[in-house]
Amino acid sequence: MTGTAERTHWEERYFQAEIETMRREELEALQLERLKATAQRCYQDIPFYRQAFDDAGVRPADLQSLDDLRRLPFTTKQDMRDAYPFELFAIPVNDGRVQRLHASSGTTGNATVVGYTQNDIDVWGDTFARAIAQVGGDEHSILQVSYGYGLFTGGLGAHEGGIRMNSTILPMSSGNTKRQVQMMHDFGVDILACTPSYALLIADTAIEMGYHPATEFKITGAICGAEPCSEGMRREIEEKLGVVLVDIYGLSEVMGPGVSCECQHQDGLHVAEDHFIIEILDPDTLEPVPDGEWGEVVFTTLSKECSPLIRYRTRDISRILPGVCRCGRTLRRMDRVTGRTDDMLIIRGVNVFPNQFQEVLASFPEVTSYYQIILTSDGPLDHVILKVETVPEFDFDEIRRIEDLQRRINAELKSNLQVSVEVKVVEPKSIERSEGKAKRVFDLRGDVR
Amino acid sequence: MIDQITVFLENNRGRLAALARTLGEADISMHALTVADTSEYGVVRIIADTPVRACEVLNAKGFRASITKVFAVEVVDHSGGLAALLDALDAAGLNVEYAYCFAIEGGKAVDVLRIDTRDEAAAVIVDAGFRVMNPSELYA
Repeated sequence: MTGTAERTHWEERYFQAEIETMRREELEALQLERLKATAQRCYQDIPFYRQAFDDAGVRPADLQSLDDLRRLPFTTKQDMRDAYPFELFAIPVNDGRVQRLHASSGTTGNATVVGYTQNDIDVWGDTFARAIAQVGGDEHSILQVSYGYGLFTGGLGAHEGGIRMNSTILPMSSGNTKRQVQMMHDFGVDILACTPSYALLIADTAIEMGYHPATEFKITGAICGAEPCSEGMRREIEEKLGVVLVDIYGLSEVMGPGVSCECQHQDGLHVAEDHFIIEILDPDTLEPVPDGEWGEVVFTTLSKECSPLIRYRTRDISRILPGVCRCGRTLRRMDRVTGRTDDMLIIRGVNVFPNQFQEVLASFPEVTSYYQIILTSDGPLDHVILKVETVPEFDFDEIRRIEDLQRRINAELKSNLQVSVEVKVVEPKSIERSEGKAKRVFDLRGDVR
Repeated sequence: MIDQITVFLENNRGRLAALARTLGEADISMHALTVADTSEYGVVRIIADTPVRACEVLNAKGFRASITKVFAVEVVDHSGGLAALLDALDAAGLNVEYAYCFAIEGGKAVDVLRIDTRDEAAAVIVDAGFRVMNPSELYA
């Protein structure tokens, strides 16, 4: 069993040591230089930004220090939707330099479209290659990419990382899980890149197929992102697969996975500050919060050629972790994203993030990591049903044990989240297993809110 | 002790029928079946032939089945038979989690009891003059 305490750390590997361990003054000088160039390009080439700068009464030339960033206007998700498809591009789409387009799903409006030049793709690959090194990989590693390939940035982002690292890439995409397991085993895969829920499904499938992947598979690392992963879920995947799992963060608007990533110490995600400036702001006042305090994450891109962004409001909630990491990187760390300002559920007036449920459930060995939250209206009141599955070892022959489990989970949720839920124990595997981002929340409260 | 099959079933239409069909198709004969139900789910307890295989068949079909060790006690099929047995257990301070009865050939009744303090319970049952049945008397 792998646990934090007894884990042995390996000698740190860097993909770009000169940048990842750069002195802060040098790094900040680099950031300022790139910020000025980005602002200049935005003002010059993107009418939206010219207007926004003018409205804010600021010119690119006003940027004399990194603190002046605060004078620049924000970009929102809605701005990106309104710019559909190419109005936020600094380079015309048919110019010959735009190599690729990615787009968000657009389930709640226009898709957000992002373009990449070859340099943009290389920068992206470099940041993901850092993650490969952070999980102990190098050019000798076999990287299994089980994120979906396509418009979603997960698959191709990881793929570009493998290219920049010169690793051997196994481009599985998601789906066909038994085949994923078979090849992971037969090919001696070293590193898996996918969503955490899919990593867990791969692990469970391997075990169902009769393998003991923790000891029988060569795999040592997993790079997981695109959805929240509780500490309990991380440990479960690590123990089942025999890996160190690092959390990678990114969003397609800003680039894709690689904007920040944990190192082997799993104590915050190092932001690729040579390519992005991170700010943490109070979502109401939009003023910066001190390091260590939670707020909305805002990014400004520093290297992007096709789709630069000034102060993009991600709506993700995180914080800057103060202090220096043991790995030697000088790149500052953000905490794992606890939720999104727009994923936040308001249940009977209480603000709750779905992964808070996951954190609580992780403390119950009787239940699996699969769960669903169903919100309905009970007259004027919100009613929450939490569906859980028990683990195979759980003795359900005595009904009072099931009832006792339901009671204890409810009490724990009530004391942690101030929310009362109806805990439903359901049959095994009746909660949908996901090959991509798992849908955990079903809000059936109608459209009154 | 005998092997009882316990199955966790959600209260969905047709689930119990599917369970019975699954066992039938595997050519497994059931001797007793009880359902303890709540508003959301039921716990089905079954005495059947080849319980371990039955369990495997059910799990392979996506049911959540497990084996529980229970006492099967032979009781003469007349009034007061069960009361005498339960009085003895009660007098010994033993907690019966649940119990159910079914009849077998020869005018006999079988009481199935789940008691977690097994060794002690076995002694009390025998001392009270009852006979604990073997698996081979109840199922193949």
